[in-house]
Amino acid sequence: MPQPYTTIIGLEVHVQLATASKLFCRCSTQFGAAPNTQTCPVCIGLPGSLPVMNRRAFELSLQTAVALNCNIPEFTKWDRKQYFYPDLPKGYQISQFDLPMSADGYLEISDSEDRFETKQIRILRAHLEEDAGKSVHDEVAGKADSEIDLNRTGTPLLEIVSEPDMRSALEARTYLQELKLLLTYIGVSDCNMQEGSLRVDANVNLHLEKDNQRIATPIVEIKNMNSFRAVEHAIDYEVLRQYRVWQKTGNRLGDSPKQTRGWDDVAGKTLGQRSKEESSDYRYFPDPDLVPVITPAKRVEEVRASLGELPAVLRTRLTDEHSLSEYDADVLVNQGRPVLDFFLQVAESSSNYKGACNWVTQEVLRVLKEQEKTIDQLPLTAENLAGLMAAIETGILPKARGKDAFDLMQADGINATEAIHKLGIEQVDQSQLETLCQELLDANPQIVADLQEGRQQAVGALIGQAKKRNPNIDPGLFRKICLELVSRT
Amino acid sequence: MSLTELSASEALELFVKGEVTSAALTRACLDRIESHDEQVGAFLRVDAEAALARAADIDAQRLAGKPLGRLAGLPVAVKDVLCDRQTRTTCASRMLENFRPPYDSTVVANLKAAGAVLIGRTNMDEFAMGGSTENSAFQLTRNPWDLQRAPGGSSGGAAACVAARMAPLSIGTDTGGSIRQPAGLCGVVGLKPTYGRVSRFGLVAFASSLDQIGPLATNTKDVALLLEAIAGHDPRDATSLNVPVPNYSESIHRPLTGLRLGIVREHFGAGLNEEVEQAVRNALRVYESLGAEVKEISLPHSKYAVATYYVIAPSEASSNLARYDGVHYGHRADQAEVLAELAAEQEQLEATGDQRTLENLDTSLVRMYRRSRAEGFGPEVKRRIMLGAYALSAGYYDAYYLKALKVRRLIRQDFDAAFEQVDLVVGPVTSEPAFKLGEMTDDPLAMYLIDLYTVSANLAGIPGISLPCGFTQSGLPVGLQLQAPPLAEETLLRGAHMYEQATDWHTHKPPALL
Repeated sequence: MPQPYTTIIGLEVHVQLATASKLFCRCSTQFGAAPNTQTCPVCIGLPGSLPVMNRRAFELSLQTAVALNCNIPEFTKWDRKQYFYPDLPKGYQISQFDLPMSADGYLEISDSEDRFETKQIRILRAHLEEDAGKSVHDEVAGKADSEIDLNRTGTPLLEIVSEPDMRSALEARTYLQELKLLLTYIGVSDCNMQEGSLRVDANVNLHLEKDNQRIATPIVEIKNMNSFRAVEHAIDYEVLRQYRVWQKTGNRLGDSPKQTRGWDDVAGKTLGQRSKEESSDYRYFPDPDLVPVITPAKRVEEVRASLGELPAVLRTRLTDEHSLSEYDADVLVNQGRPVLDFFLQVAESSSNYKGACNWVTQEVLRVLKEQEKTIDQLPLTAENLAGLMAAIETGILPKARGKDAFDLMQADGINATEAIHKLGIEQVDQSQLETLCQELLDANPQIVADLQEGRQQAVGALIGQAKKRNPNIDPGLFRKICLELVSRT
Repeated sequence: MSLTELSASEALELFVKGEVTSAALTRACLDRIESHDEQVGAFLRVDAEAALARAADIDAQRLAGKPLGRLAGLPVAVKDVLCDRQTRTTCASRMLENFRPPYDSTVVANLKAAGAVLIGRTNMDEFAMGGSTENSAFQLTRNPWDLQRAPGGSSGGAAACVAARMAPLSIGTDTGGSIRQPAGLCGVVGLKPTYGRVSRFGLVAFASSLDQIGPLATNTKDVALLLEAIAGHDPRDATSLNVPVPNYSESIHRPLTGLRLGIVREHFGAGLNEEVEQAVRNALRVYESLGAEVKEISLPHSKYAVATYYVIAPSEASSNLARYDGVHYGHRADQAEVLAELAAEQEQLEATGDQRTLENLDTSLVRMYRRSRAEGFGPEVKRRIMLGAYALSAGYYDAYYLKALKVRRLIRQDFDAAFEQVDLVVGPVTSEPAFKLGEMTDDPLAMYLIDLYTVSANLAGIPGISLPCGFTQSGLPVGLQLQAPPLAEETLLRGAHMYEQATDWHTHKPPALL
C-alpha cells in the first residue's frame, strides 16, 4: 500500500572548512587541544579587538559554492547575528544574512539500486560564518556548573541550506553522502562528523491529502544527529511520529510554532527540546568592523577551472567513455579521490579500465577493508598492479596464480616480476604442456572415453591432476590442448 | 617659566639641544597634575613612577646617541578607552573597572614605539557616550576655564588636561564630535582624522563605523606631530586605509594659496549663540585678510545628521556592548544574590500556584546577565543600548537603521558636492560655549543636539579640526571647526595653521589655574 503522505525534507549542513587558522584571527583550528588554549583577544571578543577575514576560508567556500553549481554574486558582506549565550563571547556571531556569498545551486543524487529516480536537490544558499564555543554542562555530584571551551570559537563554517526537495530518509542520506564526497574531493573539509566538522539539522514535515485538500503538518527541526545513519533513522522515526500526531490532533503547519527535537541515538527517538514561546529576533545588521568581499566573475571562472573533475562528471566519464557499469562507476567514485586516483592510474597504465576496475573493486577494496587501511597505507602501488595485469595478459603469469601474486604484492610492496619469482612460477611451454597432457590422457582411458562422448566437464579431473604435477600450468591452455589431443585420436 | 608651558615641538627641540630632559618635563607635568588635577579631575589614573622611569630611560637613550622615535620623551595622556597592557582600560565604566587588557592597542603601541611617555589615563563619558564627561562612572571633570562648567565630552579629560597644561599632548576619540567638541569648549586644538586613517585596533568600540582616534594639543603643529605618530595602515583593522602617511608636521608650515572656504548656510540660523557666531565670523575675516575666498555652500541633509547619528551610533553600540555580559570578564552580579532572587520568585509562585509563570521563569543565567548589565552600565549607556536594540529589531530595522544608512549616504554626497567648490568647510564647533555642570543631565535630547555641527564629519567619514578662535565676554573659549575631504588632513592642518599664525587665541591659558 502506498504511503498516505509525502515526506518533505530539507537539510541544513554546517561544514568546518579545512583552514589552518580561524575565520577572523590566526588561532589554530586543530581539533582536540586542551580547553581554551587556542584563543586570542579576537576570537574571545575582548574589548577593542577586531576581526580580519581569513582569505583562505573565503577561497574554500568559493570552491564549494562553485562545485555546488551556485551563483556567486560579485558583492557579499558580513552581518552580526545577535543573541546571548555563554559560549558566544561577543554576544553576536559573525555570519551572512541577506547577501550570502552564494545561492541557487544544486546537487544531483542518484541511487545505483534505483530505489529513487535521479534528481537535483536545489541548494537555497551557502554562506560563511564563525562557529561558537562549546558549553560543557557538568552536573556531576549535584553541581550545576557549566564550563566553556572557546577553542572552537571563530572556526570557519560553511552553512549549506538545501531546499525541501528530499522525499525520503534514503534520499536525505544519499544527499549527505554525495555532499560529503564532493567536499572531500575538492578538499575543502575533512567532513569528520565525530569531530564536528560536519553537522546536520533536518527539517521534516508531511504533506497529505484530506477531502481533496493538500495539508502540511508542522515543520520539525531535528538536531543532534551524529552520523548519516542517525539522520536516516531520525527522519524515519520522525515521519511516523508526525503521522501519528496528525492522526490524533489534526495539527497543521502554522497551528503551532516550529518545534525543535533532538535525536536520541540510544533510545532511537526524537525528543522535544525546551523552546520559548516567542520567536527569536537576532537583530541582524551589517558588521561595521569588516569590509564587503568582492568576487569578480573572472575569479569565479578561475575557481571553476581549477576544481578538476567532480564526482558526477567522473561517474559519467567512467560509464560513457570506458564502458564501466553504473554500479562499478559508483563504487569507484564513492571511494573518494585517493582510491579513484589509484584506479585511474592502474587503468591508464594498463589501458584496461574494466580489468583495473575488477582488480580495484574486488581485491584492493577487500584488502583495505580487511586491514582497515587507507589506499596510501597500502604497500601496493598502482604501477605494480598494472604490471601484474600485464604479466597475466602476456601469459608470463598464469591467470589462476594472479591472486597469489597480488597477495604477495599488497603485503610486501614488491612488483609482479618479484612476486612471480617468489612464487616459483616458471612458464610452461607448449611442448611441455602437450607432453604432460598426453601422459595424463594415457593414464586415464575412462576420461578419454567420456570426452569422446562429448562430456567435456570430464576434463576438470585432468586439470586437477595436472596442477598437482606442475602448479605453473595455465589451466585454460591445458584444457584446450587436452580437447585437441582427444579430438585427434 | 614652567616647563609645562612649552609646546611639544618646543620641548622636542630643547631635548635635542640637551637643554631640557624628558625627566624634567615629565616631572613638571606630574607636579602640575598633583597641584591642579584635584580641581580639574582630568585624569582617572596617573602612574608617576612608571612615567618617570620611562622618561629617564628615553633621556639615557638620547644621551647614548641611540635612534629615537618622533615623540621621544614627550608626555602623552591617553583616554581610558585604548588598550594598554600596562594599565587597566576602564572606559570610565563600572563594567570594566578592573579590566586589564592582555594587549596594546595599535595606537598605544605606536606611541610607545615613537618614544612617548604615557603619563596617565584621562576621564571620559562612560564608553565615550556623552558630551560632558558627566557620564563617567568615577568622577567629574571640570572645565579649566570655569570650574563650574563641563569640559565637554566624551574626551573631556583629554581636552581638559591639555588646557590645564598637565600634558602637552593627549589622545582622544571622536564618534560624533568627542574630540572636537571638548577641544572647542576647553580652548585647545583637536583633530578627528578621516575614518580609517588611524587604526581602531584596541580601541574599545562605541560605534565602529564612526569611531576615530585623534590627537589633542595646544596648537596645530603639535597635533600634526602626534597624528604622524599614530596614523597609518594596520592589517589588524579591516577598515584601516592602506595609504601612506604624509609628513604633516613638515608641510604644515606651507600656507595655502587661493584657499577656498565654504561656510554652511544651514549652520548660521536660529540656535547659534551670538558670541559664538561673532567669533566665527571674525575668523572668516582673518582668513579673507590672508587671501582666502569665503563662499556660502549648502549641506541640505545636515538637518538630518543628528537624527541619523542617533540611530546608527546606538545601533552599533547595542551590538558592540553585548559582550559585557558578566561571563568572561568585567563586572558580574553576585551569584548568591542572583540565586536568592530566583528562589524568592519561585517560592512566591509556588504559593500562588501559578504553574505557567513558574515554568517560564528566567533562568539563573538570564538573571546573571540582566543584573550584571544593570549594575555595570550607567543610565546613558543603557539608554543607547535600548535605542539601538529597538532600531535593529525585526519590523523596525527598515524604518530606522536602513533609513539612517540611506540618509548617511546623502550626507556624504552633500560633502562630496561641497568639496567640488571649496577646499575646506568652516564653521562653529558647538552652538554654545561650555555649559554648567549638571545643566543638561536631565535633558538627554538637548545634550544630543550639542553634536549638531560635529556629527556630519563622522557620518561622512571626513576629517575635522577644532581650534581656538576667541572668547566670550565671560572668558569662555570658542572653537572654530574646519572640515576637509577624505584623507585631506594635510590641507586641514595647513589651513588651521595659517589661521593660528595670524592669531594668538591658542596662547591663552585658563586664568583660574595660573
